Amino acid sequence: MGFLDKHKVIEKNATLLMVLSLGVVTIGGAVEIAPLFWLQNTIEDVEGMRPYSPLELTGRDIYVREGCYVCHSQMIRPLRDEVERYGHYSLAAESMYDHPAQWGSKRTGPDLARVGGRYSDKWHLDHLTDPQSVVPVSIMPKYGFLTNKMIEPTYIEDLLKTHRFVGVPYTDDMIINAKADFIAQADPDSDYDDFLVRYPKAQVRNFDNKAGVSEMDALIAYLQMLGTLVDFSTFTPDASR
Amino acid sequence: MSKKPTEVKDDEVETTGHVWDGIEEYNNPLPRWWLWTLYATIIWAIGYTIAYPAWPMINGATPGVLGWSSRGDVAAEIVAVDEANAEIESRLAAADLTAISDDTELNTYAINAGAAIFQTWCAQCHGSGAAGAKGYPNLLDDDWLWGGDIQSIHYTISHGVRNEDDEDARFSEMPAFGDDFLEPEQIDQVVHYVLKLSGQESDAVKAGAGAEVFAENCISCHAEDGKGDRDQGAPNLTDAIWLYGGDEETIRETVTLARYGVMPEWATRLSESDINAVATYIHQLGGGE
Repeated sequence: MGFLDKHKVIEKNATLLMVLSLGVVTIGGAVEIAPLFWLQNTIEDVEGMRPYSPLELTGRDIYVREGCYVCHSQMIRPLRDEVERYGHYSLAAESMYDHPAQWGSKRTGPDLARVGGRYSDKWHLDHLTDPQSVVPVSIMPKYGFLTNKMIEPTYIEDLLKTHRFVGVPYTDDMIINAKADFIAQADPDSDYDDFLVRYPKAQVRNFDNKAGVSEMDALIAYLQMLGTLVDFSTFTPDASR
Repeated sequence: MSKKPTEVKDDEVETTGHVWDGIEEYNNPLPRWWLWTLYATIIWAIGYTIAYPAWPMINGATPGVLGWSSRGDVAAEIVAVDEANAEIESRLAAADLTAISDDTELNTYAINAGAAIFQTWCAQCHGSGAAGAKGYPNLLDDDWLWGGDIQSIHYTISHGVRNEDDEDARFSEMPAFGDDFLEPEQIDQVVHYVLKLSGQESDAVKAGAGAEVFAENCISCHAEDGKGDRDQGAPNLTDAIWLYGGDEETIRETVTLARYGVMPEWATRLSESDINAVATYIHQLGGGE
């Protein structure tokens, strides 16, 4: 009986088989996943990334709630056709404040990683209300009800605190002003100077062109900032990744 | 059912030794070809991890002796395509817009490149066939808001319309006449006048009174004859082409609430040759002047 015949021992002892299988899976998982948590180069240094503003974060939760990720990815792969169509390939740093990440795994619709600023707010409003009115061949469902659903920042401080708990660097200042910032971002007549200091590059507009803050405002605020934060003029890709 | 146990011949493989309900199990070895393929893949895997990025180390993964990276790959591919097109791209970037159509090679390139750019960046609003949608202008006809010669098209693409990102964006703003400018009755009158202007059925009495309202409030942009003014992006109201709709209800909504269509500026996203290409493409769609 040679060495290779010894597998009989494992095959005949179910408990041993289970323990050893678990061991193999653990090693495989640890080798693939664990280094990402301590490797210096997992998340590159980029300029411009900041935590989501309260309104953007709320819009992001609506994006998750409505399952947008089922049809839309947020991950531009390093392939020429994707870079030509969507813009610079996605960087790990761009989703470092995402909990959970919205990379997605299927594109029924286009990738949204850099959709910010690409269309007007009005287009987003028209398109979310009735996608076929602007893209006749689209099979996207209608989300017009978001316009009618007004939202209050009741739990926004808790939401920011929760994100801070899992590692997003929200400052005390951001949490104290969360409610005011939430309202200010959707009101161009508000005093938003301090808000812009806290959240550089944030866009202050009445996104749905209606009074008050609706879920539509939050979702469009989120869509319009996607992929706009990183300053690519100061970014040099490290090829060895 | 045979009660006689199967006779085991000498040249047959041994069994695993256990019997269950009279059933025995052969202990056949794995097929040779399969086994050797397994060993070969293990050896291949070792070679692969040496050649390509693989093992996690302290500061990063091993780069692999071939020096391959997905980022390097895409960068090289883009450079290769850019270099292949460099000559004609630079010609296109420097070209006199009105002369592009005289240069067959350049014109063909510009139209094809422009069509691809249009499908990527413009089709979402203006439609994949450029026929537009409600609130998003049709680019196939010869009714232009801001001018239909190729320079005007080029300017509109570069700077956009009413956006906040480009100071040179085309800008005009129709007042919302419902906001204390006009009484609902006056709005009703001017709506009928606009219906009459565009050759639609209208109430003669209301339209008559509306002519006065129009003269006092609308002609500075839409001109006395209602044919509009391209310097201000004011549409021609006398034809059957409407951006938001020409029925009575829609015109009333437009007069009452005004419209404020926004187009992004593309000079910061597209290169000069890209903008020239897409301008050439739009200009030749049918309505170019």
